[in-house]
Amino acid sequence: MLLMNILKNDKPGLWLLGILLVVSIAVPILNLVVPENSAFHLSTYTVTLLGKYLTYALLAVAADLVWGYLGILTLGHAAFFALGGYAMGMYLMRQIGERGVYGDPVLPDFMVFLSWQELPWFWQGFDQFWFAALMIILIPGILAYVFGYLAFRSRVTGVYLSIITQAMTYALMLAFFRNEMGFGGNNGLTDFKDILGFDLRADSTRIALFLASATALAIGYVLSRIIVSSRLGLASVAIRDSESRSRFIGYRVENIKLWVFVFSAMLAGIAGALYVPQVGIINPGEFSPLNSIELVIWVAIGGRGTLYGAIIGALLVNYSKTYFTAALPEIWLYALGALFILVTLYLPKGIVGLWSLRKTRKTQKMREEKT
Amino acid sequence: MKAMQALREFSRRDRVFDFLVQAEPPALDLSHNIILYLEGINKSFDGFKAINDLNLYIETGELRCIIGPNGAGKSTMMDIITGKTRPDTGQAWFGQRLNLLEMDEPEIAEAGIGRKFQKPTVFENLSVFQNLELAMSQDKRVWPLLVARLTGEQRDHIDEVLTIIGLNALIHDPAGKLSHGQKQWLEIGMLLMQKPALLLVDEPVAGMTHQEMERTAELLTSLAGKHSVVVVEHDMDFVRSIARKVTVLHQGSVLAEGSMADVQSNPRVVEVYLGE
Repeated sequence: MLLMNILKNDKPGLWLLGILLVVSIAVPILNLVVPENSAFHLSTYTVTLLGKYLTYALLAVAADLVWGYLGILTLGHAAFFALGGYAMGMYLMRQIGERGVYGDPVLPDFMVFLSWQELPWFWQGFDQFWFAALMIILIPGILAYVFGYLAFRSRVTGVYLSIITQAMTYALMLAFFRNEMGFGGNNGLTDFKDILGFDLRADSTRIALFLASATALAIGYVLSRIIVSSRLGLASVAIRDSESRSRFIGYRVENIKLWVFVFSAMLAGIAGALYVPQVGIINPGEFSPLNSIELVIWVAIGGRGTLYGAIIGALLVNYSKTYFTAALPEIWLYALGALFILVTLYLPKGIVGLWSLRKTRKTQKMREEKT
Repeated sequence: MKAMQALREFSRRDRVFDFLVQAEPPALDLSHNIILYLEGINKSFDGFKAINDLNLYIETGELRCIIGPNGAGKSTMMDIITGKTRPDTGQAWFGQRLNLLEMDEPEIAEAGIGRKFQKPTVFENLSVFQNLELAMSQDKRVWPLLVARLTGEQRDHIDEVLTIIGLNALIHDPAGKLSHGQKQWLEIGMLLMQKPALLLVDEPVAGMTHQEMERTAELLTSLAGKHSVVVVEHDMDFVRSIARKVTVLHQGSVLAEGSMADVQSNPRVVEVYLGE
């Protein structure tokens, strides 16, 4: 009931959640029940791929919340995604236990390899899932809080802010590349065995992770929708369009920016945490500035400032990425670039803009017919 | 036993801790029927005297027009009232008790002085209604904003303001689609949402058509009485159509004050301003 109330003015969102529900019911059946030799069977590889797309979609929603509604063009949002991923990776590493190559009951393989004697303090507690889950939300949140507090308080905006976010993710990437950081350096964290006692390679675990990603996306979408349709969301749009004016009517611009940014970073962290067990590895490459830029492109292609547009963009671009990099590997980057240019030139509101464009044309026609 | 005693003492239900009592700023006191006092104000920028011993009193509920040639100090005066600029010497009081020189911009706005700038700046992507909703005086911290719901009282206030500014038919249109004049009215409406006691209006009719000007004149005169309104304007026809009392500024001080007819017949005013 409450949910319907929130979404009553959001038809595309309702559609999207409906489709998500249908897919979440169909995918497990097609994978587990339909026999493998049937044409309708869905391979576990595809399930995992779909799960990965869904985590990307959640990340895109998080980015759209700050870019589309607050006007903060973040070029470092993948950093929060990667931090959430690392927190999950640390939990998965601790789950390996004695099954590692070196068989050390406590130390992950890479620490034994570096001949470390004991577990660093920041790895403590990650053998508990609840602790890891807490950190998945808290660490991106705290980084976003500190970063946002400093940046928004000193009224850094526009391109400068984008550059700083970019610098942040780059600095993190360089730091995580170092072996001394204690996060597996270059190789990152990998070779995971199980999660919460379930074998990560089992089909049923894969399905569960897929369903968890779908649920997280749905919840993340609804929470973001609640924010943007509240008066806080109105104030955010006001800040996006005229920051000084909003300040003048008495809004504490930096606080509003800060808390929405922190929430968005937490969503990104959760997306990263669901991503890692499905792809089986997290390494410093996830911090690379390129990832964050690609993320912004997904949102731009889908349609900025709509939330559902971000989801459509993320799914579409990633599906074509999978397709192109397999079929025509040389072409992918050019295709992405061309797509971005085309969308910016002809579809400033992204793909979902096409739909509203058709709608306005319809009403225009109706008006013309009337007169 | 002693600990028990201390605990009992600590948890006495008739006691109010100091930190629980919010420090209330002194309320606006209009017992002498004057809402704004500016006395002996001086302000210079790099040796240029923008305001020179300015004395100005605005009565409660009055509609006052302020005219004067460029550089007469009109904008600086507005800046001083709203806390944007601090005078070198002088006194500025809002009612009997509020010392404007001790307050910062948000505090002054909160206390009940609203200012409309020359250029209308409404939120173009939001609807007329949403613009007014945002401008409403309310708890503007993050969490209260997230859970805020429009109460009946707030809805009534918005409707009331919509009627005053005459944009009832356009409430769901984005503000960006409004004409220049309508934007100005919306902006005045946004000021009214903050329930100000004193409205400062800077050149409201610049760039307006004749009809829009007439409508604006009606709007401003209808506001007087309930609010005190100070209008700074260049357009003499407009001033003539609304003014009951006019103040002429010249070189940072008051040159003449009175009804439009008095002021126009004042030879010094004619010399510096109207005669040109």
